[in-house]
Amino acid sequence: MDLSAINPILFIAGFFVAATPLIFAAVGELVVEKTGVLNLGVEGMMIIGAICGFATAVETGSPLLGFAAAAVGGAVLSLLFAFLTQVMLANQVASGLALTLFGLGFSALLGQSYVGVKPPRLADVDFGSLAEIPIFGPIILSHDLIVYLGLALVVAVWAVLKYTRIGLVLRAVGENHDAAHALGYKVVRIRTLAIMFGGACAGVGGAYISLIRVPQWTEGMTAGIGWIALALVVFASWKPFRLLLGAYLFGGLVQLQLNLQGAGVAIPVEYLAMSPYVITIVVLVFLSRDKGAAPASLGRIFHASS
Amino acid sequence: MIALEKRPEPSRTFSLAAPLLAVLATMLFGGLLFALLGKDPLEAIRTIFWEPLFGEFAFFYRPQLLIKGAPLVLIAIGLSLGFKAGIWNIGAEGQYIMGALFGAGVGLAFYPMESVFIFPLMVLAGAFGGWIWAMIPAVLKVKFGTNEILVSLMLVYVAEQFLASMSLGLMKNPEGFGFPGSRNLQQYASAHNAELITGSGMHWGVVAAFIAVIFGYVLLARHRLGFAIRVTGDAPRAAAFSGVNPARLVLFCLGMSGLLAGLAGVFEVSGPAGQVTIDFNVGYGFTAIIVAFLGRLNPVGILLAGGLMALTYIGGDIAQSKLGLPAAAIQVFQGMLLFFLLAFDLFTNYRLRLGRTEVA
Amino acid sequence: MTQPLLSLNALTKAYPGVVANDDVSLSIAAGEVHALLGENGAGKSTLVKMIYGLVRPDSGQMHMNGAPFTPSEPRAARAAGVGMVFQHFSLFDALSVAENIALGMENAPKLSELSARISAVSEAYGLPLSPDRIVGDLSAGERQRVEIIRCLLQEPKLLIMDEPTSVLTPQEVEILFKTLRKLSAEGTAILYISHKLEEIRTLCDNATILRLGKVVGHCMPRETTAREMAELMVGKLLQTPTRAAQPAGEVLLSLTGLRAKAPNTFGMALKDISLELRAGEILGIGGVAGNGQDELLAALSGERPAGRGMVVLKGEDIGPLGPTARRARGLLTAPEERMGHAAAPDMSLTENAMLTGALRQGLDKGGFLNWPAARQFAEDVIKQFDVRTPGPHAAARSLSGGNLQKFVIGREVMQRPEVFVVNQPTWGVDASAAAAIRQALLDLAQNGAALIVISQDLDELMEISDRFAALNEGRLSDPRPAQGITVEEIGLMMGGAHGMEVAHV
Repeated sequence: MDLSAINPILFIAGFFVAATPLIFAAVGELVVEKTGVLNLGVEGMMIIGAICGFATAVETGSPLLGFAAAAVGGAVLSLLFAFLTQVMLANQVASGLALTLFGLGFSALLGQSYVGVKPPRLADVDFGSLAEIPIFGPIILSHDLIVYLGLALVVAVWAVLKYTRIGLVLRAVGENHDAAHALGYKVVRIRTLAIMFGGACAGVGGAYISLIRVPQWTEGMTAGIGWIALALVVFASWKPFRLLLGAYLFGGLVQLQLNLQGAGVAIPVEYLAMSPYVITIVVLVFLSRDKGAAPASLGRIFHASS
Repeated sequence: MIALEKRPEPSRTFSLAAPLLAVLATMLFGGLLFALLGKDPLEAIRTIFWEPLFGEFAFFYRPQLLIKGAPLVLIAIGLSLGFKAGIWNIGAEGQYIMGALFGAGVGLAFYPMESVFIFPLMVLAGAFGGWIWAMIPAVLKVKFGTNEILVSLMLVYVAEQFLASMSLGLMKNPEGFGFPGSRNLQQYASAHNAELITGSGMHWGVVAAFIAVIFGYVLLARHRLGFAIRVTGDAPRAAAFSGVNPARLVLFCLGMSGLLAGLAGVFEVSGPAGQVTIDFNVGYGFTAIIVAFLGRLNPVGILLAGGLMALTYIGGDIAQSKLGLPAAAIQVFQGMLLFFLLAFDLFTNYRLRLGRTEVA
Repeated sequence: MTQPLLSLNALTKAYPGVVANDDVSLSIAAGEVHALLGENGAGKSTLVKMIYGLVRPDSGQMHMNGAPFTPSEPRAARAAGVGMVFQHFSLFDALSVAENIALGMENAPKLSELSARISAVSEAYGLPLSPDRIVGDLSAGERQRVEIIRCLLQEPKLLIMDEPTSVLTPQEVEILFKTLRKLSAEGTAILYISHKLEEIRTLCDNATILRLGKVVGHCMPRETTAREMAELMVGKLLQTPTRAAQPAGEVLLSLTGLRAKAPNTFGMALKDISLELRAGEILGIGGVAGNGQDELLAALSGERPAGRGMVVLKGEDIGPLGPTARRARGLLTAPEERMGHAAAPDMSLTENAMLTGALRQGLDKGGFLNWPAARQFAEDVIKQFDVRTPGPHAAARSLSGGNLQKFVIGREVMQRPEVFVVNQPTWGVDASAAAAIRQALLDLAQNGAALIVISQDLDELMEISDRFAALNEGRLSDPRPAQGITVEEIGLMMGGAHGMEVAHV
């Protein structure tokens, strides 16, 4: 066991990379759940984003275009979910699972010719001499654009939900869809837009894995991260900044696990890998005693009866 | 304008027609998909659906249907009980794993003793393992109102880590040349879940699956608990008025689905899979959710849906080797099936109406 | 004479099976507080919905300040200066007061500016409310203030209030009345819907009384006695009871200080209810909906457990027992809400028969259900109570409201209860069927059962009750013999005159 083999600076810097896909997927799902919809298809949307992003980046040579394509791909897939749950009034749990299954399969199909291909690299943002600042520089200022975009997105979502009219309406719909409807707000339309936003975000998160974190394409490479994103939203009590904290926690645990493994530490790595999930359960229990946190209409089917 | 209007009575015809329509629509769109992939759609459909049942090597494939279908049906029956009452167990995969671990653990503990009691004990242990794993979300829901979807799901990952830990650690085969994984239970006679009729694919798990179907049917149709489940799903207030205790229902439904998933796990690990390995679980717990919905939460429907899913798995394998159809295409196919079913299901309870409706 | 602010002329609105408003005319002047009086089903809601643009009249005209007034939707009505505070609030619990108000406004100003305006209005009209508080934490009275302030911010010329005091404490009522008087003095007209006679006499200048969709009278409440108003409301056809009190048997059910917390924000707490019910008697409990009827039924059916010693059946404390155990001991109930509570909508009548009949009809043998016997039971109910339906296989939701009601009541009656509690037994049922139900209830009592009949239909209660009590704000008045009771007494009991200290001018 050689703990000195772990470079603390690189270790902490790694948090950002590990957390970014989670941040995107979770913040998108947070918005969706705020409007009262539970979309279990995050995993499916992420992997579709992963392949759309990868394929586009490889074909066009531009990783940024890849991310844009990933957002579109995720949004399009989420439309299927929106159609099923908002128009066809199907059960949200089943629809979300169908989405995941479909997404996993479809992405594998699309990705067949891309296995083993190297994608174009996205350069880190150049902060010039700022990046030389000891500790702060390598940890915070040494990342690619998408990491910073993720952080900005969280701040933006927080601000929109708290301070703008559209944010207020979104929250109202999730709180009491009947009252919102009675007041004249188009519940189905708002939810569909939110679902598409969630899909786009999840797509970008997935593309981050295939284009930057790994970077390559393999079938099913999201490996359950979509489900963690779902847990993360609850862990964060639907609050954007708590979500950020949670993402780094989870990302950190993943990093720790990898590093400890590399350093030959004797703690069975599996118990460490379990901890994010166990912690989430504990948090869930505490949260459920405080009923106020979840959007009241979450998961309930809305049928305008007038 | 077109509006959706609730039907006065749930339509019986559509109840039965929806799954059939879904299958037809899937074949249509699936065929289109295959055509886009450059494969002859008719041949692909034939390979997937007809070949395993009546083709050249059907004698080989038909038993596979039972082997692949049994765990799906077993788990799905348990899940359907909960789903019918609005209790969402998404963690069947984890309960399946724990059942396998408990069962295999008991079996390996007895090694190398041979006794006719070992296998039944393993089965009991497996059932217990699945049951207790499902009790966690159940108790949390009853005591604290915690959402069972997320808890049961998180426990899947915990279970997977336990599986890895056991395969690499406690249950590792001392005579396994350092390879991860437990002793092979297929070679340990007392613990082996052997085929009852050689070559038929019928092992104890298959028997259990059929028993579960009957059990599910009788429970829902003839037993007080089954009635309580159905009423709770339809009108929770009426259930309370009738005297149903919601907490007991949650404990029963989650417990039962965990137990059945655990059984599927122990039968699988001591039979077709043979040993405890890191990737022993292949997603039956999740596919079973689809089977439950495809079967419209009805035991007989689940039996048929499980068979259909197994068929698509096996047919898909054949299509993969024979036609070069990518494995992922089958996943897409299955996803489409569920999509179409969910969509067509709408018409069981609603109908389209053209014209204006007055606000009262 | 100055032009009225709002005048309604011969408004008529019909729905399949019922004429909700029949040739209704009234007029309201600026600054006038006008009461709209009537029983449930009299047509008040429909009339008000027409004024607010939710419903279009079939015929008749409305004029606002002399100009034709035909709002096609609430937005138009609001633009014309009509504000409405509904009985059931459209509020978002997790959001703040300011956010809730912003959501209900067309062009909401910035939150900070809005908060300032809210504070100003709330202070000016004596409706203490802080804009930052979360609505979920507010009391019912405070929530109503949110709705009122939301209306006031639009500076309405006419403010419609639908049963405003049903959820208020006496102190909150006083605060509300002060506000309304101030508004009236400033020229805002108020249309005040209620059946609380004493309040109306305190607050209102004029009143229009509706009964069965028609205007049956106008009056000036201050110069009219409660008795006269009650007579107009319930109709002079009210018969004094003809049923002589039956000799009472032993006490079967006794409630002692029954207390229960309100089940949710819109529910009603039960406060200190005591009564003794004897075999062979029918106790009629009158009262306007929302005064604790559902809660009382839930406490008696076993859906909500009661405290020690509060509910005693034949000498046994059944407070902690659930519905099944109570049925075993002979106490049966029938709740008001047919679809979804008394019956499961998507299930067949056979299954619904099993819902409550399993125990007493012997349909449950060791956990296994006897469906053929349940079907037979359902058929018996259908036949006995003349339920119009293709058969016991029909889903509950396919039945008309009246027929489902017959089935639900019949199902319980035929299980031979010893104590039977029913909430609104003949609501929505046609006259002959209602008579049959009432007769069935009378027969039950004749055979020695004790009944509690909770109803808003006073005629019905007078026809069948031995004793009468009124449920008001979760409290039960002392039961008194129905024979000889006067209309005035009834109206006052129901209107809550007892205990209304604070509404005096």
